[in-house]
Amino acid sequence: MKPIDEILPTAPVIHVSPSPHLVQTASSTRRMMVDVLIALVPVVAMSLFVFRGYALFQLAVCLGGCLLAELVFVKMRGRPSTLKDGSAIVTGIILAMSLPGTAPWYVGTIAAFVAIGIGKIIFGGMGMNLFNPAMVGRAFVMISFAGALAASGFEDVRSAVDAISQATPMNAYKINGVVTPLTHLFWGTTNGSLGETSALACLLGGLYLVIRRTASWEIPAGLIAAVLVLGGVADLAGPADGWTVLHHILGGSLLFGAFFIATDPVTSPLTPTGKFIFGAGTGMLIMVLRLFSGYPEGVMFAVLFMNALTPLINRWSIPTPFGGK
Amino acid sequence: MADLPTATERFINGILPENPVYRQLLGLCPTLAVTNSLKAAITMAGAVGFVLLCANVITSLIRNLLKPHLRIVVFTLTIATFVTIADRFLAAYLYQMSKTLGPYIPLIIVNCIIICRCEVCASKQSPLVAATDAVGQSLGFGIALSSIAAIREILGTGALLGLRIMPASWPDWVIMVLPPGAFLTFGLLLGTVNWITARRGGKKTA
Repeated sequence: MKPIDEILPTAPVIHVSPSPHLVQTASSTRRMMVDVLIALVPVVAMSLFVFRGYALFQLAVCLGGCLLAELVFVKMRGRPSTLKDGSAIVTGIILAMSLPGTAPWYVGTIAAFVAIGIGKIIFGGMGMNLFNPAMVGRAFVMISFAGALAASGFEDVRSAVDAISQATPMNAYKINGVVTPLTHLFWGTTNGSLGETSALACLLGGLYLVIRRTASWEIPAGLIAAVLVLGGVADLAGPADGWTVLHHILGGSLLFGAFFIATDPVTSPLTPTGKFIFGAGTGMLIMVLRLFSGYPEGVMFAVLFMNALTPLINRWSIPTPFGGK
Repeated sequence: MADLPTATERFINGILPENPVYRQLLGLCPTLAVTNSLKAAITMAGAVGFVLLCANVITSLIRNLLKPHLRIVVFTLTIATFVTIADRFLAAYLYQMSKTLGPYIPLIIVNCIIICRCEVCASKQSPLVAATDAVGQSLGFGIALSSIAAIREILGTGALLGLRIMPASWPDWVIMVLPPGAFLTFGLLLGTVNWITARRGGKKTA
């Protein structure tokens, strides 16, 4: 008697797996991270073009720091390596793009370790974190090394790179009332955090993310809508100093934050309504911080604050299932 | 009464196995608030130690007179007496430190470590046991506060007790001497202590 698998060599196998029955394997973590990396290409390219060696240096420091931190902390937890899912690479690049080019090496390194260690691994790793890891790392170094990350830390008058030798547009306006032309903000030839300067690059990358549905459109839409409304009111109510609502949208890290930071699927709400509320809340807080705080920019704190409200928004906006209470 | 710990056990328990901060998570308000410099932390631990010792001994002496429904009031009044002495002493002899510690010295009155020790140990055992218990718990509290304060002061200012120990190029991690630094340092140290305890197979306190 022959074994059964020789008699029926082509016996069909039926796999029964629990729901959800996702047929497209394209929506894996890795696929999403690759999408984000593709979307970051124009931003990174623009920062390399404007800041040259400074951008390369920050990218190397932050990427190296994040990958090393991921390797070390995951090993400490005794888990299989998670380097291949690409989330540490994304965190590293977003972190580098959010730092000033002039920041010394230890700023990026410490920010990377805090981002991965305290921002992500301590909560249980990828998918469990409450706050956007890159922003946790950046907030830590921003409060720690106020000299290197305050507005004056962005400038180095002796630098050969043009952008670095100017004041950032946000700071020039906040301190001296100097208004940077919109075209400069749009193309990105100004000083600032590496990835934030070019509105065009952020829009290109952001639109790719939204079209690929890797990032939901509700968050950037809500965020920009809130800034439009509050910026418009501030425009009408405030002095006519030339800083319009368009400057608010194209300047600072608003577009970078709207498309790349606030849209982190782990730390933003689950439902479309929730996402819109999250985006609008972030936009409102950004405007409040920009108009009334001592800081020229408020995207980081606004995103972190709304991250903390995400569970609340979820509870608020998740619809009741049929028959549920 | 027979199974209550002896004086030696009470003393040793206070230092690590039942450390008030790392194992019992008591007295966290001063732990987080005054640990931005080692000097403030040591002063705080000293003040708590003095109050705890006196309150424990007095409570133990009057333990047979205590009425169950009034005991917490009696504990609090006893503690408040000694806190007032400690507070006035610091204001008289260490004025600057008294300013730095601000409201946290009067707040020792409601420090749960002391009420806990009065309740758990002093109201049931002899003055000698109560005194060793107080010393052990104070040492444990002092070790906990100093460990947090040392890390925060070194990282935040590059110095310890005002003496510079990091190289001149050390960039101060300002966040460490601000409130977030307290939570981060305490959380990481607490995790480390739990990790070490788990590795040594020590029994976990719930």
